[in-house]
Amino acid sequence: MDLTYPPEAEEFRERVQRFLADSLPEGWTGLGALPPDDQAEFQRNWRQRLLDNELLGVTVPAEYGGAGLTLVEQAVLTEEFVRVGVSVLPHPNDNFGFNLLVPTLLQYGTEKQKAFFLPRTLSGEIRWAQGYSEPDAGSDLFNLRTRATVSGGDLVINGQKIWQTAGLTANWLFTMVRTDPGAERAKGLSFVLVPLDQPGVELRGIRNITGVTELAEVFLTDAVTSLDNVLGGLGNGARVALTLLGFERGISGVANAEAFAIELRRLVQLAHARGRSADRDIRLRIAHCQVKVHTLRCVALRALSAGLRGGPPGPESSLTKALTAEYHQLVTELAVEVLGMAALAPTGPGAYDTLKAQPLGLDSASSAAWVEDYLNARSRTIYGGSSEIQRNTIAEQILGMPREPRPAAAR
Amino acid sequence: MHFDLSTEQRDLQASVRAFLAKESPTEAARELPETEQGYDPALWSRMADDLGLHALAVPEEHGGIGASFVELVVVLEEMGRQLVPSPFFSSAVLATRALLRSGDVDAMSRLLPGLAEGTTIGTLALTEDDGSWDLDAVRLAAEPDGNGWALTGAKAFVPDGQSAGLVLVVARSAAGLCLFAVDGDAPGLSRSALPVLDGTRRLARLEFDRTPAVLVGADGAAGPGLRRALEDAAVALGAEQIGAAQRCLDMAVGYAGTRVAFGRPIGSFQAIKHKCADMVLDIESGRSAVWQAAWSVSVDGNDVPLAAAAVQAHCSEAYVRAAQQNIQIHGGIGFTWEHDAHLYLKRALSSRELLGAPDQHLLRIADQMGL
Ligand SMILES: Cc1cc2nc3c(=O)[nH]c(=O)nc-3n(C[C@H](O)[C@H](O)[C@H](O)COP(=O)(O)OP(=O)(O)OC[C@H]3O[C@@H](n4cnc5c(N)ncnc54)[C@H](O)[C@@H]3O)c2cc1C
Repeated sequence: MDLTYPPEAEEFRERVQRFLADSLPEGWTGLGALPPDDQAEFQRNWRQRLLDNELLGVTVPAEYGGAGLTLVEQAVLTEEFVRVGVSVLPHPNDNFGFNLLVPTLLQYGTEKQKAFFLPRTLSGEIRWAQGYSEPDAGSDLFNLRTRATVSGGDLVINGQKIWQTAGLTANWLFTMVRTDPGAERAKGLSFVLVPLDQPGVELRGIRNITGVTELAEVFLTDAVTSLDNVLGGLGNGARVALTLLGFERGISGVANAEAFAIELRRLVQLAHARGRSADRDIRLRIAHCQVKVHTLRCVALRALSAGLRGGPPGPESSLTKALTAEYHQLVTELAVEVLGMAALAPTGPGAYDTLKAQPLGLDSASSAAWVEDYLNARSRTIYGGSSEIQRNTIAEQILGMPREPRPAAAR
Repeated sequence: MHFDLSTEQRDLQASVRAFLAKESPTEAARELPETEQGYDPALWSRMADDLGLHALAVPEEHGGIGASFVELVVVLEEMGRQLVPSPFFSSAVLATRALLRSGDVDAMSRLLPGLAEGTTIGTLALTEDDGSWDLDAVRLAAEPDGNGWALTGAKAFVPDGQSAGLVLVVARSAAGLCLFAVDGDAPGLSRSALPVLDGTRRLARLEFDRTPAVLVGADGAAGPGLRRALEDAAVALGAEQIGAAQRCLDMAVGYAGTRVAFGRPIGSFQAIKHKCADMVLDIESGRSAVWQAAWSVSVDGNDVPLAAAAVQAHCSEAYVRAAQQNIQIHGGIGFTWEHDAHLYLKRALSSRELLGAPDQHLLRIADQMGL
């Protein structure tokens, strides 16, 4: 048992800290403290600064222009960035590019695909969205209907995708389509990369629970992509997609716990400000959140340590996903209760991040941000495999419990 | 970074598990509580002589093996799993850690070798009739008496207080909180066994009437050492709780795989599956927190106060939930005296209260958070 980071990682941490000290303006207190109007511009410049210093796209090997960091270096960098309140992935589409597509591309991509997509993802020329879900294929992903047929050197795609996060700012979609209509469910699927800027593609925004239009639906009508843009070969889509879902759930756990710790300090301030900090029930519930954040950090460290010894993310990532999602609901529910009536008339700067805890620096008194966090947290137990689906996975794959009987007529 | 047991620790785990499965089957957890002593002295000696368990985390200069706190935690997880009725926790954790954290090297070299060899059973007498584990609640009076001290008052809910040959008593002198070593059969000490819900953990009430006692550490200065000892114990108890919760989960999953209702194994129903998945979430979080805390204790990490309180707040609830759900998943059979499920539930309740209920640990965390 040894929970310390290896010496190389600590050296790297110093390098990151030096970089941060050199890069951030005097008196920096975190992205959350910037006026909302200045955040977008800061993020654009920050992304460029990371790119210039080879600290963007830490999963991309150096030969493709990335930072090519080891897993532990990625963890260290993410932790340090969270601590000072700056983004590892400043553009809304970067998460999909670097956390999801790049690792998949590295595992399944041909040399040609890597040489084309990796540098363009880094430069920001290509901005990714994830096109898995369909109106009739959410949890039941393999029920998807979008079809693609081979025509010469191309795939011609027809169907509809829905719920694309940051879809309106994306220009490429990684998606799953049915290339063999005769095959059952998971068979006959292919993982393809599709440019969105073409006549066969129509994007429509979806206004979410907070009133923000950031999700999109994607209508594909004879949309075209080259056969060269199939990842992992025709018919292997299910395997590729499941690997990717593993990445979605496995990454940056320790930094998440750090972000939750920052958020919880903000809640403590709020409790003081609202005169609730001597209330025994509130004290117990905040401390309970602290216990959750602490155990989440322990679980994440254990997963990181296992990751360092090799091996792709396993079903254990379902644990982190469910724990993280449910914790964020718990803490934001508590925050709204601490606000009391003030939650009904929200004021102050809103939330910057929609799917994570807010960056360091946000005013703890902003009721608008807490209320948005509360509303946004409702989605965490739905997307990326709902909490019910995670529990099925834990029971069936970790405990080996009997599977659900499948209806005979399932397509 | 290696957040896992080492190969040697895995070997230790496997050998203790095999030993206890053979030598302390769950029938023991039913039968021994009915006996006068409440534990099996022959097993106690073999745990000490053959496996060296009592000596494991005691430094070599005091007659121990000098392994780390992590090894001790590995052993306790196995004892929890197997529900071993034994004064091991009282002696090898409570008494041993109280001495080790007292800073009194003389007392350590006098008293630790006996505990490490298993020739002495020790315990810590802290709680009084109000059942509080808060050091501020200690009232038992200590007064100088000739060259030594005399204690007057009562302790209650003392784990294994009946069988202990060495009772480490927390008392209050004019100067403040003190720790004393008292002989199990000292004059002026009368001990009575309490009726217990959980037969695997004996409790006693101890009355002191000018009972002679030897001061451990400095007069009035026992607080910080005791707090650290209680943090160590919190982590060790967490390991026991996680081992037992794991056993509840294993029992539940096993039964759910074979019991058929409506033509299907009940384990194929989601209502059952999700209960089991919840237990996995609780247990894996708890085990990670216990290992982290054990490591932190072993390197004197400065997060021990938080880590230890978090372990107790989490593992106490996790074990009670697992024990309750195990009964639910077993249906009627889980409600019977013959089934082991209730033994685990009763132990879960006694473990939850030992060292303080979850609320106490949470309030301590709230203090640390500046609330
Ligand atoms: C904020 C947000 C962002 C998203 N971003 C993306 C994205 O970028 N790209 C993308 O492709 N998709 C995205 N999604 C879609 C997301 O992955 C789906 O919403 C999710 O898979 C659930 O599918 P569904 O909405 O169709 O609900 P359903 O699958 O219809 O589920 C409805 C309810 O039924 C439960 N349920 C379903 N099946 C079972 C079962 N077998 N056992 C028990 N309960 C079950 C679910 O848990 C849920 O509670 C996003 C969703 C949200 C809310």
